[in-house]
Amino acid sequence: MADTLLETPLAPLHRELGGKMVPFAGYSMPVQYPAGILAEHLATRRGAALFDVSHMGQAELRGEGAAAALEQLTPADVRILKPGRQKYGLLTTPSGGILDDFMVANLGDRLFLVLNASRKDVDCAAIEAVLPAGVSLHRLPDRALLAFQGPAAVPSLATLAPAVAALPFMGVLATEVQGIPVLISRSGYTGEDGVEIGVAGEQAERLARALLALPSASAAGLGARDSLRLEAGLCLYGNDIDETTSPVEANLTWTIGKRRRTEWNFPGAERVREELDNGPKRLRVGLLPEGRQPARAHTVIAAGGESVGEVTSGTFGPSLNGPCAMGYVAREHAADGSALELMVRGKAIPARVAATPFIPHRYAR
Amino acid sequence: MAELKFSKDHEWVRLEGNVATVGITDHAQTALGDVVFVDLPEAGREVAAGESVAVVESVKAASDVYAPVAGTITESNAALADDPSLVNGAAQSEGWFFKIELADASELDGLMDAEAYQTFVDSQS
Repeated sequence: MADTLLETPLAPLHRELGGKMVPFAGYSMPVQYPAGILAEHLATRRGAALFDVSHMGQAELRGEGAAAALEQLTPADVRILKPGRQKYGLLTTPSGGILDDFMVANLGDRLFLVLNASRKDVDCAAIEAVLPAGVSLHRLPDRALLAFQGPAAVPSLATLAPAVAALPFMGVLATEVQGIPVLISRSGYTGEDGVEIGVAGEQAERLARALLALPSASAAGLGARDSLRLEAGLCLYGNDIDETTSPVEANLTWTIGKRRRTEWNFPGAERVREELDNGPKRLRVGLLPEGRQPARAHTVIAAGGESVGEVTSGTFGPSLNGPCAMGYVAREHAADGSALELMVRGKAIPARVAATPFIPHRYAR
Repeated sequence: MAELKFSKDHEWVRLEGNVATVGITDHAQTALGDVVFVDLPEAGREVAAGESVAVVESVKAASDVYAPVAGTITESNAALADDPSLVNGAAQSEGWFFKIELADASELDGLMDAEAYQTFVDSQS
């Protein structure tokens, strides 16, 4: 099974563009194109980059009470979400871990979900297990998802789909691009302004070519997507959050709805409440190593020679022009500015706890 | 200039007198992608063949660089600290990593010539 990689509808285009294909979450995906990760990263922050994220799960929840049904699995306030709006949230486990992080949009008559590729099967099974009569989950495996990110993305796209210019951050819009029906959300995973565009698989390549033909547009792969999201301080499921980390430890408490903090009726509420009351034992923090050497995932974080945590993601930030990382540390070492050591190949690299994002977000207002 | 010899760990070696200059191959730098940091050995360090003596980091990952032959490190390429992208731009010339004074020059016989290395690379892909 592991040797049969799935492909997205854009696989032929990736090959045509010289994409270096690697296995990711069961899919063959471009980690980079000939320009390379560094150039693709910088092109995203400067212009507009197209990422194929069709491996991610897309699904709809239909029926009266869909929001209430979903709230059985998430501490997010889904019911408050207005039509045409999207929010980021967490699915939690009964023991207070994170089952997945996801996007949910209110499309008026239904909810639209975007799930991590590596978790979509687990998520959908969990959702289906709690659905009441009258609410149904419809997976959309034949749809593609394109991310078009960077300061030039929306102005360029607006020449093809004028309505997108007025779309607010986390707004969602059904429209057309050159006659192709699309679902556009003003969101992304780079820290830049931009959109994610859902489209029928058979029309994805035509849409991708139309986007790549726009001024300052270029293709970018998963490598740049990872360095961009890390500079933006955004979590990667499986690295920075998983079934062992709680929303409080992950510093994602803001995803818990106010009303949900009076009801305490989501999976793992007991642990979350205890950690909010007494403080978690560890916290996810940003880390800036001194010098230029990156500290990668699983690097031990030490203070005074004692292990106090572990790096969960680390890279060289092309825009930062230096290394950056995130990881979990014991709470007493989590304050911004705390001096720590990162144990890289037997050497202690001095580092400081730093606020994230490392590169300020430039989302649309 | 003496011709280059190549190792299965994708390093090149150029022997001048009893000192071998070592770097990573053009094939290796292409596979690694943009090099952002290189950790080099101190002069005077004695190394065994196959020992990890340097680290090359791209945006994506870290890779070990091994001593292709045993000997004593005489010098590391200080230019790589300021400009690690030399490894991408000039892997088999200015982007050299370190120099080793050989313990046993006959060890070089175990390395490949350019043609054999190309065949080895092709067999790996």
